[in-house]
Amino acid sequence: MTLTEEKKEKKIETLEEATIRFAGDSGDGMQLTGGQFTNATAIVGNDLSTLPDFPAEIRAPAGSLAGVSAFQIHFSSKEIHTPGDILDVLVAMNPAALKTNLKDLKPGGMLIVNINAFNETNLKKAGYDKNPLEDGLTQKYKVFSIEISRLTQLALEEMKLPAKVVDRSKNLFALGLMYWLYTRPMEKTIEWLKKKFAKDPVTLEANLKVLKAGYHFGETTEAFISNYEIKHAKILPGKYRNITGNEATVLGLIAAHQLTGLTIFLGSYPITPASDILHELSKYKNFGIRTFQAEDEIAAIGSAIGASFAGGLGVTTTSGPGVCLKSEFINLAVKTELPIIICDIQRGGPSTGLPTKTEQADLLQAVFGRNSESPVPIIAAATPGDCFETMIEAVRIAIKYMTPVFFMSDGYLANGSEPWRIPEISNFSKIEVTFRKEINGFSPFLRDEKTLARPWALPGTPGLEHVIGGLESEQTTGKVSYDPQNHDAMVKIRAKRIAQIENDIPDIKVVFGEPKGDLLILGWGSTLGAINAATEKLLEKGYKVANAHLRHLNPFPKNLGEFLKNYKKVLIPEVNLGQLKLLIRAKYLVDAQGFNVVSGQPLKVNGIVETAEKMIRG
Amino acid sequence: MATTEPQKYTKADFESPNDVRWCPGCGDYAILSAVQSVMPTLGIPKEKFVFISGIGCSSRFPYYMNCYGFHTIHGRALTVATGVKSINPDLSVWVITGDGDGLSIGGNHFMHAIRRNQDFKILLFNNKIYGLTKGQYSPTSELGKKTKSTPYGSIDNPVNPVSLAIASGATFVARTVDNNVKHMMEILKRAAAHKGTAFVEIYQNCLVFNDNAFDDFTKKDVKDDHSVYVEHGKPLIFGKNHDKAIKLNGFHSEVINAANGSMKEALVHNENVDDRGLSYVIGQMGVENEGLPVAFGVLRDIRQPTYQERLFEQENLAKEKGSKASLESILNAGDTWVVK
Repeated sequence: MTLTEEKKEKKIETLEEATIRFAGDSGDGMQLTGGQFTNATAIVGNDLSTLPDFPAEIRAPAGSLAGVSAFQIHFSSKEIHTPGDILDVLVAMNPAALKTNLKDLKPGGMLIVNINAFNETNLKKAGYDKNPLEDGLTQKYKVFSIEISRLTQLALEEMKLPAKVVDRSKNLFALGLMYWLYTRPMEKTIEWLKKKFAKDPVTLEANLKVLKAGYHFGETTEAFISNYEIKHAKILPGKYRNITGNEATVLGLIAAHQLTGLTIFLGSYPITPASDILHELSKYKNFGIRTFQAEDEIAAIGSAIGASFAGGLGVTTTSGPGVCLKSEFINLAVKTELPIIICDIQRGGPSTGLPTKTEQADLLQAVFGRNSESPVPIIAAATPGDCFETMIEAVRIAIKYMTPVFFMSDGYLANGSEPWRIPEISNFSKIEVTFRKEINGFSPFLRDEKTLARPWALPGTPGLEHVIGGLESEQTTGKVSYDPQNHDAMVKIRAKRIAQIENDIPDIKVVFGEPKGDLLILGWGSTLGAINAATEKLLEKGYKVANAHLRHLNPFPKNLGEFLKNYKKVLIPEVNLGQLKLLIRAKYLVDAQGFNVVSGQPLKVNGIVETAEKMIRG
Repeated sequence: MATTEPQKYTKADFESPNDVRWCPGCGDYAILSAVQSVMPTLGIPKEKFVFISGIGCSSRFPYYMNCYGFHTIHGRALTVATGVKSINPDLSVWVITGDGDGLSIGGNHFMHAIRRNQDFKILLFNNKIYGLTKGQYSPTSELGKKTKSTPYGSIDNPVNPVSLAIASGATFVARTVDNNVKHMMEILKRAAAHKGTAFVEIYQNCLVFNDNAFDDFTKKDVKDDHSVYVEHGKPLIFGKNHDKAIKLNGFHSEVINAANGSMKEALVHNENVDDRGLSYVIGQMGVENEGLPVAFGVLRDIRQPTYQERLFEQENLAKEKGSKASLESILNAGDTWVVK
């Protein structure tokens, strides 16, 4: 069979952009389907943004609402910033997937359903009294009821495979169909399948047959009048790849090894959505990377601190609940002034909360969540690819200033992907590391005049024997001291040495919009895409607005206070109840307002636009 | 320059100029002195010693050694030691902990450090009480113990540290006591020579909050009859007149003497058996099983690959296989495309 066989002439319509979502049971392979569609879309040269959304349970009961797994992709011939607010196409593999996802499909949007899954049992599991497809849906949406399960069976009839194996490949039918609908090349997926099933030719053959069957179905069926193309986007020239935030975090750490020459030691305990960093990094043992899966979150950071004491760079990766457990050890690193990186891949909370959903509500935990006065620099990534540079910046600050540093990402960045222009590592400056060797004049807390950093003197260095610890210590000598004046001085030195890092970070600047105006939209972390898109819309509407985004959250850029004064009003959209807002209001006495939706999902562009318009209108 | 000639060290080289602040008469002084005496004999450059502790009276130890030290947080010293040793395996790392620090708040790390056979020493000062917080019962306090937090007596079953260590797969387990400095020094030397986790329980008297806790088997008039010093290849014979022995009866140990058995039946100690049963039985005596003498000495000493040996073996193998990989190749891995 070839792809051109029996080809009917159908019109290809050119679109600027599209947002589609694959939704099905956890066992239906929706994440894999979405991932393959993403790769094919990247090859076409579209700009894209993805949003995987899966349940916390590994296998929730089949057909249940709790077990629905979805993958959304927004792709375009122009630059885009978000995975999209509303869907042009929803592929629903069963009634539960329809029920949980239909609300996001735009009126008149395309709804593709696997009609074979709409049986009584599944409808009941999804809580439908009657079949929604026979209940007015066709008036609201373009409904395509396709016998995906049966057509898959037919495609594989001759192979006489077990029913389970046949059923499992139906996602490839949907993928093939969507490849046809959006004129994506199948070659990358075919290559991928060949590699994956190199040792299992039967499964390979079955998968290829079903994928192609889906594609041909699109071509031959009368149901679709046309298919679509989305021309490649004008994006910066260069070599690209797709990357998730967690992958970029890993690459950032490997790059940090290269730039510092230090062995990277990752002490980590599995936790969603951070575990992939541990998985991925543990592959690079040939690269100056040592990974340690500890017995708990506390041991994970403890081992990282030990590694840094001995001259490696200790890193620990976790999510909010893990940060809770690590806080005592973070304070030990604050007190002993050792460089470590604490990666908080934020998720919904409090407590166990929503392990697989995103949130930005650990900011105040990172700033304040420890006993006593405990300043820690905080850096946040804004997009999946940005995790790379942000990690390098976190490492630079940790080493230069001998301090623990928070690296903030979240579930949306961690699992979401975007095309990433592969950086030239030679464009990054080396990060200078100095281990103290000289005995004369050594004192464990004798500070560098400029950075206020203490010397990094490693066990094993003759003549520099010293003890560090959590008890308050005398300035310079580091000897245990309970002296009141000394403690007051030490508290202030610790605060100052972190605050003065503001002199060594870039000024905040406008991303989109005017240098002065009616409204500034200020953000941090993964809201960048939504805020950019909202600002562009507001600018198109003629408003005098701008947006700016903070990578450094402690300390803030030095010019932030002055910068805020350039705008009459400040809007801070966050996936929390206003944590950055609280900090900005407290520090700069600015009457900033928030836009806060804490639903486990990224912010919607329209919500930001509406709030901004209301604020401008006053 | 500090000397790196190990043979030139004396005890004084390991004494810190800091004032030692333990209560006068504390058993910790004897342990500190024994450690400082043993260090110069080990042939290890002074700068390679690292003392890592948690929180508690015993954990002040690093301040009193003239070595690298890290006074960490409560219960977590083993985790820090794990990181130190994984970056620099050449260091001689000694973890100092207590019964509260090591077995209560740090109980989880205790089991995991030991099962991994981390290449460091663990000296657990067991005084059966919380001293630094002024006298609450600890995980090793006996049932019924009256303390500030148990005015009606403790209702917790105590833990026997050596049993826990053996159950966790410890490759070296020993027990000694603060009032027998000569024995303690021998044990410390043995621990220093061991590759892998060397666990040493040291009975240590807290004269303020739990004085005379070990009198039953350490006081002059009773110690010979209530304790047995075990040695590899030798029968477990004890008593003032060397007239008692330990005999194995199934999984149990029992005391025999000339009246009820033959000394030829005495259990012969073997430190080197892989099976943990023998060391477990001996470690229980007098602590978990009343009426038997408490055993001192090396209960178990076997050689297994250490965590660090496995870590670096794996790393070297990965380096051989992946020696041609570059950061560029990793950055450019997977599907890529060029935008012009």
